[in-house]
Amino acid sequence: MSKIGVFICHCGENISATVDVERVAREIGGMEGVAHAIDYKYMCSDPGQTFIKEAVKKYGLDGVVVGACSPRMHEPTFRRACAEAGLNPYLCEMANLREHCSWVHEKSEETTEKAIDLVKMLVEKVKKDKPLESIKVPVTKRALVIGGGIAGIQASLDIANTGHKVILIERDPSIGGHMSQLSETFPTLDCSQCILTPRMVEVAQHPNIKLYTYAELESLEGFIGNFKARIRLKAKSVNYSTCTGCGACIQKCPVKKIPSEFNAGLGTRTAIYVPFPQAVPNKPVIDRVNCNYYKRGACKICEKTCQVGSIEWDKEDEIITEEVGAVVLATGFDVKGTDFFPEYGYGKYKDVLTGLQFERLASASGPTFGEIRRPSDGTIPKKIVFIACAGSRDPAKGIPYCSKICCMYTAKHAMLYQHKVHGGESTVFYMDIRAGGKNYEEFVRRAIEEDTVNYVRGRVARVYEKDGKLIVKGVDTLLGGQQVEIEADMVVLATAGVANCGSEQLAQKLHVSYDPYHFFAEAHPKLKPVETNTAGIFLAGACQAPKDIPETVGMASGAAVKVAALFSNDELVREPIVAVVNRLAPPLYSTCVGCFMCETACPYNAIEHEEIKGRDGSLIRTIARVNEGLCQGCGTCVAFCRSKSIDIQGYTNEQVYAEVMSLLND
Amino acid sequence: MKIGYYPGCSLTGSSREYNESVVALAKALEIELVEIKDWNCCGATAAHVMNEELSLSLPARIMAIAEEQGLTEVVVPCAACYNRLKMTQHELEDDGKRGRVAEILKMPYHGSLKIINVLQMLETYGAENIKARVISPFAHKVACYYGCLLVRPHSILQFDRVEDPQSMDSLIRVIGGNSMDWAFKTECCGAGFSVSRTDLVAKLSGNILKDASDRGAEALIVACPMCQSNLDMRRGAINKTLAQPIDIPVIYITQAIGLALGIGANELGLKRHFVNVEL
Repeated sequence: MSKIGVFICHCGENISATVDVERVAREIGGMEGVAHAIDYKYMCSDPGQTFIKEAVKKYGLDGVVVGACSPRMHEPTFRRACAEAGLNPYLCEMANLREHCSWVHEKSEETTEKAIDLVKMLVEKVKKDKPLESIKVPVTKRALVIGGGIAGIQASLDIANTGHKVILIERDPSIGGHMSQLSETFPTLDCSQCILTPRMVEVAQHPNIKLYTYAELESLEGFIGNFKARIRLKAKSVNYSTCTGCGACIQKCPVKKIPSEFNAGLGTRTAIYVPFPQAVPNKPVIDRVNCNYYKRGACKICEKTCQVGSIEWDKEDEIITEEVGAVVLATGFDVKGTDFFPEYGYGKYKDVLTGLQFERLASASGPTFGEIRRPSDGTIPKKIVFIACAGSRDPAKGIPYCSKICCMYTAKHAMLYQHKVHGGESTVFYMDIRAGGKNYEEFVRRAIEEDTVNYVRGRVARVYEKDGKLIVKGVDTLLGGQQVEIEADMVVLATAGVANCGSEQLAQKLHVSYDPYHFFAEAHPKLKPVETNTAGIFLAGACQAPKDIPETVGMASGAAVKVAALFSNDELVREPIVAVVNRLAPPLYSTCVGCFMCETACPYNAIEHEEIKGRDGSLIRTIARVNEGLCQGCGTCVAFCRSKSIDIQGYTNEQVYAEVMSLLND
Repeated sequence: MKIGYYPGCSLTGSSREYNESVVALAKALEIELVEIKDWNCCGATAAHVMNEELSLSLPARIMAIAEEQGLTEVVVPCAACYNRLKMTQHELEDDGKRGRVAEILKMPYHGSLKIINVLQMLETYGAENIKARVISPFAHKVACYYGCLLVRPHSILQFDRVEDPQSMDSLIRVIGGNSMDWAFKTECCGAGFSVSRTDLVAKLSGNILKDASDRGAEALIVACPMCQSNLDMRRGAINKTLAQPIDIPVIYITQAIGLALGIGANELGLKRHFVNVEL
């Protein structure tokens, strides 16, 4: 008969406040095959683990069930404890009494009874458990970083500096991301480009980094340590090995009125273009949507201008495959446009800008060379209104979260405006000032006190144009709800930071979870902020949630360390939760009939053909075999198998039936 | 097309011309309006700030008797009535409140009625059908004014874009009019103070008229009797607050479409306005 030990955790009060944990331990203790059952306040703590280890030895337990939190939280902890006491770790199971019971129900008799049922199921399962051995797989010590903004740059450099190879892919023609668009940075007002561009160059020149710009991830297969990435190199139409980056083609290109992405639509660019003068690589691509030749079949002026014959009209997209061991997602964020706000002009007033557009106006590399001028008529605005929380923290707009960076950049914008336009008047409408960060609050106070920015606590109801002025109607809640009306020359909306376009599709390609706003989800909100739920894929920067530069850089370095730690192993230990085709003694060999339905069902190409041969080498039968390196343990093949010849180790049909039957036998 | 009809008090009193134009237009479009028998006041503007049970029971009775009469859809031209009926439906999704109201009414209330405003009725009828019947295009530059009650609160009414509604504008374009972009289409006219603080009404309505007039509107188009009476009946008081008197008329969307369809001015009640309508 089995000798099972059951350990019920109070989880502080998380479980014991709604579940009668003592009764659970008492009733389970009376079950057939249970040799020992106790409850304790913190089972995961050192004394808690000691209880388990001692009980394994004292009662000679052959199975352990811990009724506590989610196995995703502490299964490794308890399995390790069992292993230390000499029990095969896969004979330890967890019943999730917290997420599946105490957190979702009120305190009641039924709640305790449900907890008892949950534990009972696992006791029945553990009786059928068999010792399993971990699987060892090799590690490809090369990382893929997706996104070449500051997060991707930092992660790439940090990984590369540990001596490992990095492949960095960037969707745009240049790396640099949003940070390269910024004018100055808070809270020091140092120039964004001055601190970023040297890093961009370092990336391009680093011997361990292979940079693919104008490239996107096509698909990712495999698992931690052994991914296979297919990367689409979009046709640049320019041969980079011969192009010298002289820029003559750009000057001669007749299509000059394309809104510049780098200038957030405030400037223009040509069809053959380099996004900005400090771009890395500093060589052009042809935008085929807008190029005269691709549109109408005639022009080719750039080809005539090019001294080295680098234009490649017929170049097609190329798909390359790279093997990598880890992936860092650093795809950044986007900002909502002004067309999101009917009440603020729906994108129809030229002088209503987003914060990112204002960055371009204030930047020395921008369309006005750093002078604050109205896009409509080029005059210098004498009065300017900044509206914080334009979309953020507004459930009616579908964005209940705080975009985090706007309070700080709005203070910076107002400050830059006051520095550049002497005698100008700036007003900031805000809900709350969230300036949490080193020297952040001081920075905002400086804007208010030294640079005389007028801060009004209240919302703006409407912005409309009248006689060339933008009338801003708002309320001052600190003046008892008094209505405020300002005739402004320019309005800047701190529009909400949102997930980058395509992030949902990318997440699906990578099997990474994402939140309702399409930001990638971290594995644990506190303790695993850079990991995802898919092993071997890590997060850096604003693709996880809006964040500022220091936080992004910190997170990128964190992700890099995780990658480096992974690469410090020559092989990885994987859970043996994989499918297995049964094998029997001759003359049966297996119940598998070789129909290979499993092969069509397997999403991971893990099914192989195994030939069973007689002593004379003649083929007896061909049956299915599972490649345990590729198998992810999803169980689809088990459902497909007509002869019930496949089982998932640790979750066999027999084990699952035992769990279900334990509920029916009452 | 057959549809239930709840005119409400305003349309039988101060805004008879709205009722006349809705009825005339429905007739021209061959929409059969079936008036709810024995309807009562919806309780706007006073009940909902005085007594919650009363404010829910009054509209609930209207809807309950409409249900009893076998109606499934009711058009409510008055924006205030429309708002109260929709709000009541929403409030009565709460079982407790619904039970209490049924006790008061002593009749069942199911909440199954579809309540629509005039703009929704015309949209359902179809822009193409209206266009086909236009005899003399409404070739005027006008400002469509929606006010507060027709579109707010958006979470409950779910009608049009709350900050920049467009339904009236598109109907005006259908009949050949030029609906302009302006700043006050959802600002308050002061209707809540139409009896107690007429000075505030004059100021708020003055702002609306001034912006429309400054941008060259020949008329204001409305779909709410309160807005209409404030902007029209109070014009004398409004003009006293303005540097320049404004004489642009304020007409209902149903009157504008009626004109385009060749319905006579008398039939549309256009002679009843305080500010002369010469369009």
